[in-house]
Amino acid sequence: MIPELGNLALMLALCLAGVQATLPIVGTFQNNARWMALAGSAAAGQCLFVVLAFASLMASFIQNDFSVAYVAANSNSLLPVFFRIAGVWGGHEGSLLLWTLMLALWTLAVVLLSRQLPRATLARILGVMGWISIGFLVFMLFTSNPFERTLPGPVDGRDLNPLLQDLGMIVHPPLLYMGYVGFSVAFAFSIAALISGELDATWARWSRPWTLVAWMFLTLGIFCGSFWAYYELGWGGWWFWDAVENASFMPWLLGTALIHSLAVTEKRGSFKSWTVLLAILTFSLSLLGTFLVRSGVLTSVHAFATDPRRGFYILIFLAIVTGGSLALYAWRAPKIGLGGQFSLFSREALLLVNNVLLVVAAGTILLGTLYPLFLDALNLGKISVGPPYFEAVFVPLMIPLLLLTAVGPFLAWKNDSIQAVLGRLRWLALGAAVVAALALLVFKTSVMVAVGVTLALWILFATLWQVVQRLWHAPAGTSLRQRISRQPRSYWGMVMAHAGIGIFVVGVTLVKGMESAQDASLHVGQSVTLGAYEFTFSALKKIQGPNYIAARGTFEVRRGADSVATLHPEKRFYTVQKMPMTEAAIDRGFTRDLYVSIGEAAPDGAWLVRVQHKPFVSWIWAGCLAIALGGALAASDRRYRMGARQRAAASPPISSPVHSFV
Amino acid sequence: MKRFALPLGIFLILLVFLGIGLRLKPQEIPSPFIGKPAPAFTLTLLHDAQKSFSPKDMLGKVWVLNVWASWCAPCRAELPALMALTKEAAIPIVGLNYTDTRSAGNKWLASFGNPYQLSAFDSDGKVGIDYGVYGVPETFVIDKSGFIRLKHAGPVTEDDIKDKFLPLLKELSGG
Repeated sequence: MIPELGNLALMLALCLAGVQATLPIVGTFQNNARWMALAGSAAAGQCLFVVLAFASLMASFIQNDFSVAYVAANSNSLLPVFFRIAGVWGGHEGSLLLWTLMLALWTLAVVLLSRQLPRATLARILGVMGWISIGFLVFMLFTSNPFERTLPGPVDGRDLNPLLQDLGMIVHPPLLYMGYVGFSVAFAFSIAALISGELDATWARWSRPWTLVAWMFLTLGIFCGSFWAYYELGWGGWWFWDAVENASFMPWLLGTALIHSLAVTEKRGSFKSWTVLLAILTFSLSLLGTFLVRSGVLTSVHAFATDPRRGFYILIFLAIVTGGSLALYAWRAPKIGLGGQFSLFSREALLLVNNVLLVVAAGTILLGTLYPLFLDALNLGKISVGPPYFEAVFVPLMIPLLLLTAVGPFLAWKNDSIQAVLGRLRWLALGAAVVAALALLVFKTSVMVAVGVTLALWILFATLWQVVQRLWHAPAGTSLRQRISRQPRSYWGMVMAHAGIGIFVVGVTLVKGMESAQDASLHVGQSVTLGAYEFTFSALKKIQGPNYIAARGTFEVRRGADSVATLHPEKRFYTVQKMPMTEAAIDRGFTRDLYVSIGEAAPDGAWLVRVQHKPFVSWIWAGCLAIALGGALAASDRRYRMGARQRAAASPPISSPVHSFV
Repeated sequence: MKRFALPLGIFLILLVFLGIGLRLKPQEIPSPFIGKPAPAFTLTLLHDAQKSFSPKDMLGKVWVLNVWASWCAPCRAELPALMALTKEAAIPIVGLNYTDTRSAGNKWLASFGNPYQLSAFDSDGKVGIDYGVYGVPETFVIDKSGFIRLKHAGPVTEDDIKDKFLPLLKELSGG
């Protein structure tokens, strides 16, 4: 009964999405206020039904209703209840439902938080979001219905993929989708602006907090996925340039470009048509990511569905959404104009360079991801593209970008002189050069490590120096707290995100350049040394999990005479899916992680053990979190809340998701 | 006006490729190598640089050559199926470790399991080119006289083992 209700809820949601996508937009052309006002109620109703559908699927999972094909494929009665809940988005159909749910929630947020927008603009924005929602609902109902029954149902389910049975995997997809879908708001704003031909600083101001929040979620989502891969895939890597990872990284790069170019559009009125294009492309890449992952065009562990009908549908959808918007752009963008002028050396110019580098980086990743497909389609031969390509093209693009990250905030808008900026930065540049020389000569690091650390310190010091200068200029007697609170939150967001980049680069460089590992075949009681650490394999125990059996090792780690940690890596075997899994054990630290994983047992009872010393891994995670926090700070800027406050005076207060991230 | 249409043009080209890509089935492309002798090579072993392997060593046996790399995520997905194959048919599987490093490859085998009798170490991918490898993983079945009889692109699934590999291996071993 519950699955049928869920199915009905989806159909009703589709009907309401149809209303939301058509009448309000028609209303804007006929100046029919009642039709325009329909957008909000239709969106709210649609959201209600999508939430109902999602709850129905969740209920089917919790109750182990294996007559629902999707539940049977992704759950098992032995699975703990929180993993059953996560199973809702563990496969193709449920992921789509999660996507749709996120879209409905974002749309509702727009309805609730954008009452200060002109009625026609709001109607257009909601209309565009309605079209996207129709696309996903139709896709779900006609090709990938999560509520489909098989009667009689199997006695038990096939279990959730063991790789996904982990906390990191529970939160990773919702965060990622919040990011993907969140970009649809900026996209809808842009399309609305193209339709009406009105594109000004207010437009950029409205788009900014939405884009920042979406970007923050995407950052967190990618962070979670990477963090998960690090400990769950068992070989200690954290980024693999897998097609699916690339699919999430490309929108992030473009989203980063977008938040910078929106800043220019808001502050200086420049970059107008470029910003619109970026908003369209960012969301299109989010859709393309969905296409790549879901169509089976590229082989990947993440590609669950290889039904060509599904791939064809997403392709048509992509053609309509992206093709339609780019056609609209080609037609209307000349009207919008380019906006204000600026000199070759100014903050605008530097941000333009930032944008170009980010877009080129995203383009090279897109090329690398699709290259095997292109060549195959042209019958030009067959190649595979792996990490070597991505590292070779990505790193050279990032070096100038990192160099400029530090410089950007020191430049004035519109026009600045190179001499003046060099004057502001010469001591920092000298300091960074000294550090690089020290690293090379005293610590004898590789050139890559020296370059990476120098760039990171360059960013960190420049950001700090910038803060000191900003806080210095205040009337005498101003307390430090006043000085800090006088700067807008968006400024602190920028500082936080840039510092996060610096911290991240330290982590990436040192892990890549200084990590060490040792493989050994050990019996219980034996030990292996890695650098200053001695790992003793002190015990092995068989344990029984809810849906797996495992061998659990105990490793005592000592450094000289001091005991450092006791680690418990596991080798699990998931009985339903017949899949072995390596659960690594990690002792995390400020300057290093110690990583132990166990492999196969040899017939003589020796276990293959890999111990790794990974310097500064935690800095990678800390950097990501700081970047995301920067996004949250910037999104919570008072400037964006002004409208909310005015509105609060006129209408009953509404709790707003955007503000609660502060 | 024209430059504003440029993104649309690029996108349309991309769309055409994606459309063609959708119709291609990477798993089903007939390989020009089928029915031809397996290209000869001599490579050192992944776990032991002192020893080497050549397809000649396998003459008289039906065997499976599986191309893999530690950086390849789908290779990991097909491991259980390869393990099942070694259990269900007494057929040696030889790994071709493709554009990888020795340490990464060995680590990978140690962590996830090793279905291979041995792995040949093709660090620069030259042997892979001779075999027309365009994406990892790929799997070849080679008969007693050294001829390629089947090429499978993409991860091998348990169904592939049941429907494609086992019947063919049975036929080749019997004949």
